[in-house]
Amino acid sequence: MTIDLKFLVWLIPLPPLLAFFTILLFTRGSKVLSDIVAVGAMLTTFVIAWFVLIQAVFFTPHLGENPITSQFVWLSLGPSIETSFKTGTLIDPVGAVLLFFVPLTALMIFIYSTGYMASGSYWTALVEHGRPELALDHVEHERADHPEHTNEDDPNASAGHGHDKVIYDSAGRRIVKFDATIWKARFMAFISLFAGAMLLLSVADNLLLLFVGWEIMGACSYLLIGFWHNRIYPDEPDRITPAKAAIKAFMTTRVGDVFMLIGIAWLYSFTGTLSFREIFSEEVLHTMAATPALPSFGIGLSVAGAIGLLLFIGTIGKSAQFPLHTWLPDAMEGPTPVSAMIHAATMVSAGVYLLIRMFPLLSAGWTEGGPLTVPMTAMAVIGSFTALFSATIALAQRDVKKVLAYSTISQLGFMVAALGIGAYVAAVFHLMTHAIFKALLFMGSGSIIHSVEHGEEHAHHHGHHFEHSFDAQDMFNMGGLWSRIPVTAWTFLIGGLALSGFPFVTAGFWSKDEILADAFAHVPVVFYVLAFSAFLTAFYTMRQIGLTFAGAPRTHAAEDATQTDWRMNLPLIILAFFAITAGWIGIPAALNPLGINPFHEFVGGTLLEHPETLPFNWFPMLTSIVVALLGLGVGWAVYVRKPLAAGEVDPLKRTLGPLYTLFQNKYYMDQLYEGSFVRFFAWFSKTVVYEWIDRGLIDGLLHFIARGTEWLAFRNKDFDTYVVNGAGDELAEGVGNLGEAFKYVQSGRIQQYLAVAAAGLLMLAGVFVWAFFLR
Amino acid sequence: MDFIRANLLTLILFSPLFGALLVLILPKGNKGLARWTALLFSLIPFVLSLFMWQWFLAAPCHAIAEQACFEQQATWFPLLNSTYHIGLDGISLTMVLLTTLLTPLAIIISFSIEERVNLYMFLFLLLEMGMLGVFMSLDLLLFFVFWEFGLVPMYFLINIWGSANRQYASFKFFIYTMAGSLGLLLSIQLIGLMMHTFDIPELMRTWPGYQGSVIGIDVNVIKNVAFWLFTIAFAIKVPVWPFHTWLPDAHTEAPTAGSMILAGVLLKLGAYGFLRLVLPLFPGPAHNFAPVLAVLAMLAIVLGAFASFAQTDFKRLVAYSSVNHMGFVVLAIAAAAWVGMNGQGNSAYQTDAIIALNGAVLQMFNHGLSAAAMFALVGVIYDRLHTRDLTQMGGLWVVAPIYGGILVFTSMASLGLPGLNGFVSEFLVVRGVWPIGSGSTAIFTLMTAISMLGLLFTGAYILKAIRMVLHGPLNLNAVEMAHGRSLEITTRETIALAPLLVLFVVIGVFPNWLVDVINATVTRMLS
Repeated sequence: MTIDLKFLVWLIPLPPLLAFFTILLFTRGSKVLSDIVAVGAMLTTFVIAWFVLIQAVFFTPHLGENPITSQFVWLSLGPSIETSFKTGTLIDPVGAVLLFFVPLTALMIFIYSTGYMASGSYWTALVEHGRPELALDHVEHERADHPEHTNEDDPNASAGHGHDKVIYDSAGRRIVKFDATIWKARFMAFISLFAGAMLLLSVADNLLLLFVGWEIMGACSYLLIGFWHNRIYPDEPDRITPAKAAIKAFMTTRVGDVFMLIGIAWLYSFTGTLSFREIFSEEVLHTMAATPALPSFGIGLSVAGAIGLLLFIGTIGKSAQFPLHTWLPDAMEGPTPVSAMIHAATMVSAGVYLLIRMFPLLSAGWTEGGPLTVPMTAMAVIGSFTALFSATIALAQRDVKKVLAYSTISQLGFMVAALGIGAYVAAVFHLMTHAIFKALLFMGSGSIIHSVEHGEEHAHHHGHHFEHSFDAQDMFNMGGLWSRIPVTAWTFLIGGLALSGFPFVTAGFWSKDEILADAFAHVPVVFYVLAFSAFLTAFYTMRQIGLTFAGAPRTHAAEDATQTDWRMNLPLIILAFFAITAGWIGIPAALNPLGINPFHEFVGGTLLEHPETLPFNWFPMLTSIVVALLGLGVGWAVYVRKPLAAGEVDPLKRTLGPLYTLFQNKYYMDQLYEGSFVRFFAWFSKTVVYEWIDRGLIDGLLHFIARGTEWLAFRNKDFDTYVVNGAGDELAEGVGNLGEAFKYVQSGRIQQYLAVAAAGLLMLAGVFVWAFFLR
Repeated sequence: MDFIRANLLTLILFSPLFGALLVLILPKGNKGLARWTALLFSLIPFVLSLFMWQWFLAAPCHAIAEQACFEQQATWFPLLNSTYHIGLDGISLTMVLLTTLLTPLAIIISFSIEERVNLYMFLFLLLEMGMLGVFMSLDLLLFFVFWEFGLVPMYFLINIWGSANRQYASFKFFIYTMAGSLGLLLSIQLIGLMMHTFDIPELMRTWPGYQGSVIGIDVNVIKNVAFWLFTIAFAIKVPVWPFHTWLPDAHTEAPTAGSMILAGVLLKLGAYGFLRLVLPLFPGPAHNFAPVLAVLAMLAIVLGAFASFAQTDFKRLVAYSSVNHMGFVVLAIAAAAWVGMNGQGNSAYQTDAIIALNGAVLQMFNHGLSAAAMFALVGVIYDRLHTRDLTQMGGLWVVAPIYGGILVFTSMASLGLPGLNGFVSEFLVVRGVWPIGSGSTAIFTLMTAISMLGLLFTGAYILKAIRMVLHGPLNLNAVEMAHGRSLEITTRETIALAPLLVLFVVIGVFPNWLVDVINATVTRMLS
């Protein structure tokens, strides 16, 4: 049985990876086939993963000490097998948790995607002479129509070649419609690769394999965020285009990745291995904690601390922690299932997962209740700051997806802070519940957007006034959707309550409570910051629900919105189920009818030393109940009891004043980065490196030498002609005329080339004769 | 078969020459005949190399100082004690395979050449022979002859079939490399004069420990001089910063297939020279000079990436990426030079140096694949639009979806995405170099850390290129410049690229079939 399981673990990431290649190579011409391949592969993975999960949880005693592992030599390095690099898989309790939620959410997202990508058989592309989007960078454009909103009945419309269609929008812009099949197939291929990479990361037994999955996800997110790669927003010059958002995401996370790679290289050189189980042996950890890093920066940084910090920077990028968080909200330019993948099941979870995995290293030298290690302190500070910081930004967002994006950053901050104060199990717990309810919320928001877009099309067809550049994601264009899209509304409400930590029922309550309880017991400052963030979370969630669903519709689009089809509804219902029940497995022992906290017992087994179970304390639990209910209550009072009318400003704006503007503009961090790093490096590379150093200095020197040689040759010639008038004549002449001679070389006559080659040989022979016989 | 096996290297080496001469005498009017003949004759060495790989695995040789594989020795220049001596170890085996693999692919890409096809193919096959000769030579003089031999066909390829600024570029390429070669020749002569042999295996055994004086000059002085001359010659070829400025010009102006070979193989000659000659023959000076070389490598990585980012010429951008990527090879070589060959020097970091050199050789192979593919892809666009100006492109993904997909995939391999080939070698280099000298001289650690900035910007310039070519609204200028030709990649071009794309994945996922061979040789070199 064990051998079978080892084999099966390798098979978990395989089907989606194969689906990626299958779709790109064979089924790209058919959307239906591609859907079947992708969903079929994910379903296979899901079945295998949950089979392994059940085996691991129920039929493998002491999974922590006896995890399911397998290894093989991946790279022969050095003289022996000892120095070679081995790779393999590992399923321990934390790995089992990932096997629970990653395949589940991924499968739901796959099913949802087939529905989300169903409508529209054309891919529209704006065509222009020159490059308008480059001009958009700096020049303000006159208002023109949104490329997507085109009038298909335009009399100017003319047929393009093949089945592509050329049409014109009302501003006279030319738009070509292409067959969209290949792009839809590619979408399924990309999310398959994405899921495969996340699963690879989940089963990896070493940091390098983890990094492989980590980076492939980065590339996939680049491809998926930039999925609508030719979209631009001529009406909104400040809005980031998908192509730019994709680059931003890739580059920002890569900043973290290069630090992480150094950390990996350092760890590998120091310990001679990257395998988790080998690194986390007691003596290796002890040595690393006891060896001072060079330089130790005057804070007694140990090797473990330095490597831990480097790896943590990787997480800051991947899990969008301050100050590398700016890519994540812009990643909303991708299709909604992508947001769900990136934010819930996969990429951002990976960052926190890295910290969870490396926790023994990050906490090396720390004893429960003792002073925090350097990386832990950094995590506690950055995590709790990010939790609060992005919760404030989320308060003032208009875009339904951006609220969720900032809430994701904030919740990840909760997890990072939890790990920073040593609340290992709580972080794992929150990672799991958050993945589920955030996937639910993102898919719910996608469903909302989809419905409103359809409503907008519907309204348009029925002769309502054509709304210029209608934004289907703006919550202020919604309202009154409760009765129109009930399935979405109910499931979204459940997800929202879980996010807010609605007491006792929802999963989010139990996991967030556990973090707060740990924080209260160990580092009270973190507790207060997180508790306040939790209050804000509940408030902005209720604001979102109120703006979206409550009251009367504020636009025709919202009025005509209809429920989406079953492929998009089914995943919502399934995830809503788990958004409630998944928390019950981690109810604290004191309140649990079983008398123990099963999740704590299970996950705690991953660590060498089983983390202690905190004595139950009513204060943090009461706090989490109060902040959740208070936040929800205030939100309800402001946005649900008195729903906003069309055109009304956000009541919060009156209350917060200039702070609201600050939040809405995300503390101007994008502008700061754009103005400093981006501009500086563009200038530095173009002007300094290329123009000054390469073109000016180096080539200038070369040309100077060339001209000098030429000059010398001519002077030499003069000297010879007038002074020596002897044998040197011919040499100087030859050198002087070399450049002249080359002009004729490309005359194209083969005889001449052969003559040149022969001359070259003769010259070479001459050198030899001179060197060896005449001397 | 026995005959083939006994004369394997000679057959591989001279079958392109035979093909070249044949192409030259074929009737001029029939372009198809010339193309297919050339392709056929470039496939012969490739097929033979596959056999060679198999035979090598059955009976490997990892130390040419003792025994090289497929060794052949014949009288060539008895007066100078120089012989026709060829043979392989794990490093040269890998490079020969790279050369014989890339040449047929480049010839397939060259099918779009319409002018003077016979001459073109003649030069191309001649070029292959020159490169193969360098990798196979076990005699310094023979090495030099082949080294120079590759230069001439490349000069004409750029000069005749290049684009607008080809005169300047080919001249710069030729003179620059020639300048390096002069010193190389001089020091080869000095060594020959003193040792009365040009045989590399023999020199490896005797030369490093040779003491005495020649015409009153201490041999150590000569060793230092020769080391510098060797180093400069190879540094120009790699190219090591600041000797790199010929490269963007030559690459940019060369015809597509020329760039493929230039980046794919010719640059490797320089790095190969370091590995084969500089490290084993001059361990002392190499150790002293290593920190400087590491700094130069770092500058190549970082400034190469920045310079690449600054370009608006697609091909120039890719050309600069070679400077960036080859920097990692040089960084690893520098670190290994510091640790020292044959147990001389600092053996505490031996394993690290082995890992670094594994990375270097693998990076040479990987960069050969990815750079060739990138240049082929640039060529596809250039073939249609006759411009390399990125600002004239944009949004082309919708009209060339397959091409776009391949371009993105190749770019990912080029920027070192884990799971594809480039990452494995870059990781090995970083991992190997990082700890070297950390106890006494932290220069290598520091250089690795700064090089990470280059790694970051590798991403930046490649994504910039993709964005400028594929993303955004469809640029009608580009469509019109194609004069009705489809921008989509053709079957012929896809066939030329397919082996490379497959290898990206194969090496990325299971690199050990290659690393195993390289590792055995590198381990012997360093211990």
